[in-house]
Amino acid sequence: MSRPVSYNVNIKPLETDISMADMPEGLKGEGFFATSMDKVVGLARKNSIWPLPFATSCCGIEFMATMGSHYDLARFGSERVGFSPRQCDLLMVMGTIAKKMGPVVKQVYLQMAEPRWVIAVGACACSGGIFDTYSVLQGIDQVVPVDVYVPGCPPRPEAILDGFMRIQDLVGKESLRRRNGEKYRQLLESYGIQ
Amino acid sequence: MSLTIEIVKQKLKSKFAEQVSAFTEPYGMLTFEAPKEINLKVLNFLFDDEELNFRFLTDLQAVHYPDQKGRELVVVYHLHNLKDNLRIRFKVFTDINTPDVYTATGLFSAANWMERETYDFYGVNFVGHPNLKRILNVEEMDYFPMRKEFPLEDQTRIDKDDEMFGRG
Repeated sequence: MSRPVSYNVNIKPLETDISMADMPEGLKGEGFFATSMDKVVGLARKNSIWPLPFATSCCGIEFMATMGSHYDLARFGSERVGFSPRQCDLLMVMGTIAKKMGPVVKQVYLQMAEPRWVIAVGACACSGGIFDTYSVLQGIDQVVPVDVYVPGCPPRPEAILDGFMRIQDLVGKESLRRRNGEKYRQLLESYGIQ
Repeated sequence: MSLTIEIVKQKLKSKFAEQVSAFTEPYGMLTFEAPKEINLKVLNFLFDDEELNFRFLTDLQAVHYPDQKGRELVVVYHLHNLKDNLRIRFKVFTDINTPDVYTATGLFSAANWMERETYDFYGVNFVGHPNLKRILNVEEMDYFPMRKEFPLEDQTRIDKDDEMFGRG
């Protein structure tokens, strides 16, 4: 006896292979593929970034939408939002940072293990925004180095995703020796780190 | 309601005579001032008197009047009688160069943080306060931000990146 309603009888092919990462450049032949180490490491890293949300105000609400099912940050391999800086790769600062909060942001940054990236989401985190006042830090780049700035007040989830994809670009293309280099050491030293 | 503004006024006048002054009633709320030297005496009298019973310190803050020379800063106490549901406002004025006012923490525990906040933003030095240090702003701050002595936008600030605001 057939069931009155049947589900998924028509197989619907995927429009594009959205879950696959592009293959890096390399030599390909039958049964082997050769490429350089940093490309493999970059590919792995950029598709498994663990974000650490540091949400202090309205931009944090936009980030919640970004994490939700409609915009779905998980598509980029980042569904695992960590709330422990030790485990995370990407510090996402979203919202106004008061001067009193500045040392806290720096502390969280210091607790993250290398390699680590920082994204400043929203006008306040980038530059202080409308809060041109005695109590607000005029941009988090005064206390920690920032990789990507996302403007907007607040930015739409699409903008946050765009910033995130730029972070992915940086992560994927970063040379393996960058964090040991003299230039990187000088950058950290300019922030008084080590 | 037994207690009225008139009774409060009469009691204060008979106790402190000429020292309490400037009685007004904006929006029906009794407001008066006294010299800063006797602020604790007045608060104690309002607290202890059996009829007055102003035992709840609703709020405490300061105001800066830069034009009144010699009495630029004023500390304002908002008091509430919970039994008769009557609120009054009590002000003491002080010179901005010697902003010393006796602390009310002995009488009201709630005054502790409020006085710290008032010190933080206006620099009123509450004599006898157990822990008078900044409460909301960063501790390195060396000015009192709510005093009316700053232009709206300080062009000499170095923590502002002009390039980001088209002023570079």
